Amino acid sequence: MLKVEDTQVPVDFSPELISKFDDIVSRYPLGKQKSGLLPILHLVQAEFGWTSVPAMDKVAAYLEILPIEVYEVASFYSMYFLRPQGKYVLEVCRTSGCCLVGAEKIMDHIEQKLGVKEGEVTADGLFSWRGVECLAACGFGPVLQIGPEYTFYENLTNDSVDKLIGDLTAGKRD
Amino acid sequence: MGRKLLLEHINVPGINTFDVYRSKGGYASVEKALKTMSPEAVVEEVKKSGLRGRGGAGFPTGMKWSFLAKPEGVARYLVCNADESEPGTFKDRYLMTYIPHLLIEGMITSSFALGANTSFIYVRGEMMPQIRILEKAIAEAKAKGFLGKNILGSGYDLELYVQPGGGAYICGEETALLESLEGKRGNPRIKPPFPAIAGLYGCPTVVNNVESIAAVVPIINEGGDEYAKLGIGRSTGTKLISAGGNLKKPGVYEIDLGLPVEEFLYSDEYCGGIANGKRLKAVVAGGSSVPILPANLILKTINNEPRLMSYESLADGGFVTGTMMGSGGFIAYDEDACIVRNTWNFARFYHHESCGQCSPCREGTGWMEKVLHRLEYGHGKQSDMDLLVDISKKIEGNTICPLGDAAAWPVASAIRHFRDEFEWHVTNANEATTRNYGLAHYADPLPKLESVAG
Repeated sequence: MLKVEDTQVPVDFSPELISKFDDIVSRYPLGKQKSGLLPILHLVQAEFGWTSVPAMDKVAAYLEILPIEVYEVASFYSMYFLRPQGKYVLEVCRTSGCCLVGAEKIMDHIEQKLGVKEGEVTADGLFSWRGVECLAACGFGPVLQIGPEYTFYENLTNDSVDKLIGDLTAGKRD
Repeated sequence: MGRKLLLEHINVPGINTFDVYRSKGGYASVEKALKTMSPEAVVEEVKKSGLRGRGGAGFPTGMKWSFLAKPEGVARYLVCNADESEPGTFKDRYLMTYIPHLLIEGMITSSFALGANTSFIYVRGEMMPQIRILEKAIAEAKAKGFLGKNILGSGYDLELYVQPGGGAYICGEETALLESLEGKRGNPRIKPPFPAIAGLYGCPTVVNNVESIAAVVPIINEGGDEYAKLGIGRSTGTKLISAGGNLKKPGVYEIDLGLPVEEFLYSDEYCGGIANGKRLKAVVAGGSSVPILPANLILKTINNEPRLMSYESLADGGFVTGTMMGSGGFIAYDEDACIVRNTWNFARFYHHESCGQCSPCREGTGWMEKVLHRLEYGHGKQSDMDLLVDISKKIEGNTICPLGDAAAWPVASAIRHFRDEFEWHVTNANEATTRNYGLAHYADPLPKLESVAG
């Protein structure tokens, strides 16, 4: 079961971030600002790397809804992280079509290469990885994505994974 | 080669920009509809086209549109379902990536037909690159006067927004999608009321798949009758097929409905056959939710007729010997694929994606995953196959939304057609962890039916 990680580290929403929230909420009819919850949580995660309780509480205050309405959404959807992650989260598709073309071996390779199990963070704080369900790219598997831009890497091989991890470690990102 | 209605210009350089798209005849359907047609006339053309929902259910789009309630003074919404998550399906991602204006054009024409002044494209959250592409396309269309106030001087106003999901397969179910769009968990609603009566914010709403909305463009440009001439029987028009798995040429193909499965699989124009010189063992023809078929039954119906890529032919034989068109997610399994492992993989998927509202689905999908896991890892029992069928029957039809059925069918069909492979995993448990069962008899010609003298 997912547990909402408690942390008291306060967060601060910059005016730029708040103005992005305002832009999202302006799309919906008056009084339906809660519709902005999912897009706003994505923005929060892009900013802080995960959705902490203090961040979710602030989102609730901004949207004028109860904190539980934010927690229940963040814990329902698979994309929101309820605990800190590596700077780069490698999310590998683990569903049928990708498995037929070697996704399980790619995950084994990533585990070995990074030296951490699924869901754990490397000592330098740079990486974590996990298997995710079908990413709708079955013709180009194995695939992985890296947020918050959700850049896509297709037709993975051990070599291309090594290169990707090497590039990210060196601070290169396309 | 069949006609390309959606992907004709997909390889034109710059087709993702407004100007190039427009130079290839783009946005003609918006001009035609807004300047020369009434909204009712647009709905009528879509009805005549025979277009069936391309997201999986295959419900006639024009009929769905005609159910939309139109109370005075109440907003109506069109919501595009771009939550593409059905394992095996990747056509919508492809379309939105390479020809985003086709979807925007379809949204404008369709919104006009339905009288919606605000419309949403709900895109699965993982497709952030596609969200950026669509938002750019919307900004371009708006700058050129195809969105916003008084479009093309017609007096019709439309705002179009892209909404990201949060990563949940269930949000492809239309009422779960609407809940999610309202900022809630993706729990499907009890129907009735249907969204056509009470959808987004309780207002009349139509939810259509990306490909269905894109198909409205050629339907309006050429007329519903012309569109209906393509295809076969009640499977009109063209369909995007996502072809993946052990194929020589995986990818997205636009086919005329009615193309023989064998031609689609083996001709060089399409999938080019099985990769690495292997033989075909099984196919999931319409996304993970539809019954899996062994090679012999996907190529021929039980009556030994060639099976076609159409709603009717794929369903020929019902669930005993047939399958479904679904979303067109076509996964090919070669002789090295393990059906038990794949079924476990699907069961894990549905367990992970069950929203948890209905006990049969929430609990049943977990039980199926556990039983399949023990079969795959050498701890199965001979009674497990009957147990799995029993669980699947207790899920099917007993849930608020079709996710329960979608979880039950792949398991039930795998046991129906590949029972000896499952049994082998029990009787040869150790061997099964080191090698696969292989092709066995799954590609053998079907027995000739004795003709009944009339």
